[in-house]
Amino acid sequence: MGRITPLLWLLFSAGGTVAALLFPVHLVLTGLAFPLGWLEAPSYEFLHRLLTHPMIRLYLFVLISLPLFHWAHRFRYTLYDGLQLKHLTELIAVLCYGVAFLGTAMTAYLLWNIP
Amino acid sequence: MPSTVALTVARYRPERESEPTFQTYEIPFRKDWVVLDALNHVKDELDGSLSFRWSCRMGVCGSCGMKVNGTPKLTCATFLSDYVPAPIRVEPLDYFPVVRDLVVDLTDFMRKLKQVKPWIIRTEEKPPAEGEYLQTPDQLDTYKQFSMCINCMLCYSACPIYGLEPSFIGPAAIALAQRYNMDSRDEGAAERLKILSEHDGIWQCTFVGECTKVCPKHVDPAGAIQQYKLTGATRWVKSLLLPWGTR
Ligand code: SF4
Ligand code: FES
Repeated sequence: MGRITPLLWLLFSAGGTVAALLFPVHLVLTGLAFPLGWLEAPSYEFLHRLLTHPMIRLYLFVLISLPLFHWAHRFRYTLYDGLQLKHLTELIAVLCYGVAFLGTAMTAYLLWNIP
Repeated sequence: MPSTVALTVARYRPERESEPTFQTYEIPFRKDWVVLDALNHVKDELDGSLSFRWSCRMGVCGSCGMKVNGTPKLTCATFLSDYVPAPIRVEPLDYFPVVRDLVVDLTDFMRKLKQVKPWIIRTEEKPPAEGEYLQTPDQLDTYKQFSMCINCMLCYSACPIYGLEPSFIGPAAIALAQRYNMDSRDEGAAERLKILSEHDGIWQCTFVGECTKVCPKHVDPAGAIQQYKLTGATRWVKSLLLPWGTR
């Protein structure tokens, strides 16, 4: 674990930046602006066509995957320090980063297979 | 405003009691008094046996750090009027062994401070005849904030990680290491990185941020640590990409 700490931290901070900068935009658009009719909601066909562009897929991949690692790092320390589960440190780390890793793999798989 | 206030003080006299206890004194309330004045009033007028540290009375020496109503504070800069009419409770700083009453043992910090080599390191000193090492105001500004630390230990007492992992080098020591790393006259960054990039260095920190909140000198130790993490992580990436050529 010690050796890759810098990597985990880089993923954590990159994920935090993505979540802080981009999530609000998506939340406002899909959570408020479209359902409340402030902006006209894009059609399914339009969004589907957007998704055929590789850059958009890459964007979604980054948008989903990095914040998962941010969550994993935070949640790991929440369990580890917050709940004082020191003796389970390896298990917690494997579970947290494992979930982030699985989520990332799944995201990649789904994005890759969009027809 | 009331004319008196109840001051509850943690007492620990190892020759008398095995556990710390509390003692309450009724002291006059004066608007211009800080908590340290109240403690001095107790010591001079009510109970000469009370022990605590102080020196400058002006937020410079860093020796009067204590917990006031649960928060680490410089007692010489904390006014009674911020709390009154509520009672005031003074305790020694958390996470350090208590020597007596409000006096804590700082040996652990002193040891860690020395480890991070908080002095200017040069590979080669130029002879005095060649004059001083000059620095521009901009170069000074890069580290000035970190140089304001008065070693008051409020940040350690506020840091839950230091409480859980006493081996953590801790906020002030890392901020002071960064103070020298950022100094244009210093060449010791690589030496310090060895100690700071250990698990007990920067990577123990989970960015709780309490250290920065309680710091009376606006040093922002949490900022220093995050800055240093970026340095550490960049070094790490470089060492992966160029395993043969890392400086
Ligand atoms: S960083 Fe701030 S709180 Fe910590 S010892 Fe220095 S002055 Fe005190
Ligand atoms: S007595 Fe010197 S800082 Fe408070």
